[in-house]
Amino acid sequence: MKEQGRRDFMGMALGGFTALGGLGALYAMKRSWDPLPSVKAAGFTTIDLSAAQENVLNIEKWRGKPIFVLKKSADMKADDRDVVVGSDRFHVTIGLCTHLGCIPAYLPGEKIFRCACHGGEFDASGHEIFGPPPSPLEIPPFKLEGTTIVLGEEGPEFKKMKDAGLIA
Amino acid sequence: MAKFDENARPFSEKWLDERLGVVTLKKVLSTEYWIPKDINFLWAMGMVLAATFGLLLISGIFLLMYYKPDAALAFDSVNYTIMTEVGYGWLWRHIHGVGASIVFLIIYIHMFTGIYYGSYKKGREMIWISGMLLFVTFSAEAFSGYMLPWGQMSYWAGMVITNLFSGGSLEAYGLVEWIRGDYVPGDAFLTRFFMLHVLLLPLVIIGLIVLHFGTLRLPHVNNQKGEEIDFEEAAELYKAGKKKESKVIPFNPVFLSKDIFVMGVYFILFFYLVFYHFGFAMDPVNFDPADGLKTPPHIYPEWYFLWSYEILRPFNKDLGLIAFGIAQVALFFLPFIDRSPNVAPAHKRGLFNIWFWVLLVDMIVLTILGKLPPEGIYNDLGLVSAIVFLLLGPALFVITKMEKKI
Repeated sequence: MKEQGRRDFMGMALGGFTALGGLGALYAMKRSWDPLPSVKAAGFTTIDLSAAQENVLNIEKWRGKPIFVLKKSADMKADDRDVVVGSDRFHVTIGLCTHLGCIPAYLPGEKIFRCACHGGEFDASGHEIFGPPPSPLEIPPFKLEGTTIVLGEEGPEFKKMKDAGLIA
Repeated sequence: MAKFDENARPFSEKWLDERLGVVTLKKVLSTEYWIPKDINFLWAMGMVLAATFGLLLISGIFLLMYYKPDAALAFDSVNYTIMTEVGYGWLWRHIHGVGASIVFLIIYIHMFTGIYYGSYKKGREMIWISGMLLFVTFSAEAFSGYMLPWGQMSYWAGMVITNLFSGGSLEAYGLVEWIRGDYVPGDAFLTRFFMLHVLLLPLVIIGLIVLHFGTLRLPHVNNQKGEEIDFEEAAELYKAGKKKESKVIPFNPVFLSKDIFVMGVYFILFFYLVFYHFGFAMDPVNFDPADGLKTPPHIYPEWYFLWSYEILRPFNKDLGLIAFGIAQVALFFLPFIDRSPNVAPAHKRGLFNIWFWVLLVDMIVLTILGKLPPEGIYNDLGLVSAIVFLLLGPALFVITKMEKKI
């Protein structure tokens, strides 16, 4: 009986230390799968808005993702999600469908975005108007500096949209 | 210390048996592993699958010699180096591509054979469950392999499938980025899927194949009538020379010789595809290098994933994900949803027969719709077929609960 107790104790001690080591190993494995610091740090894109033409979609790149920049024409409805520079209004969003991340195409005639993957549609302000997308096109963190916009940094205009819950 | 015959010649059968027990092993695993006589060519699909896996392994080893797991080099290492420079590189690639596609056709035939003859029931549950684990691991293996040529379809399939892990409204983008190792599929993503494809998942598959074979040994394979055979009695008859009266044959060499005949026919078809019709396994879109700023007009998975992809499509984001999740795991529970006491082929089981054919046709319809663009009537048809698929689970429970003992 005493022998049994000893053995149980040894077993539990061994099990405990093994579990501890196992947890440590799991943590190391999880960390190895994390995005690298260099990947995370590369991440500010500056775009000059002054050269944009109305109703012509420009696609920029930020953190590997496409960014839609569309200068709104006068007949497009103004929206709280617009980036306003002087008297011009811009649609600036991450160009990935909020359904499963395909890139919607812009149809200048109809002034909508349509996603080829599952048929989702967004209007010129990025609001979902048809199909499976559950939310509007997402607005990336931005900061306005005159007529240029810096993506990856949260400026006062972005924070205002964020507080109003308009980001996506 | 065991007894060793000093006069046994090294490496003779006796010598090996004393050291490794090879005679017992051979009996248990092959010459006295009994297979019922009352079977047909569909019972050969297991060994056909094993042989196809062997081909995938061998062709994969040669592809591995020149493939470069680097987002900047991968595409050219496949499409230029392997396809144009390496002697017979095209052969390995076409065997690998065709094999990856055909292996799923055989898996589906193997699965539907099991469902038709009730081979997942009464003592054979573990066969079914280990088989389903193999199906899931093969799916992961196929998907990770599809990333490696780093073409447009690789990239965008990677984007869409990893996005599924955001869990719809849960918006778990941290998890998605963790899986990718980047904000979008990139170099980190390619190299980790390379690791999964060439090491971790093949190891798991090999382990599961051993388990799958192991699960067969005690309950034995089913037969065309679902008859419960007394294997020990039948084996005695066979060993006593009454081969005609016995209901069984040994796995090796009798059953295996039949298997090899079926394999022969299969390999004629297989290599016909490899040499003359490999195009079906090579999506033209994937011959454009990956471009994160350009989505191809239609994104669709390989044919063997289309049915589950189509279950995802017709619903809104969250419902689609839930339906998709159910579809992925539902078949695991088949042995427990089926409440009928009968182990018999579907055509003897009344309503179950209808259920079986509805399931088969529905999965084919879902597969076809998955390839068609998501518009108009196809959307409605897709919704109906997806709902039919989801309802088949509860329907099976009710149908088999009512089924009378034959």
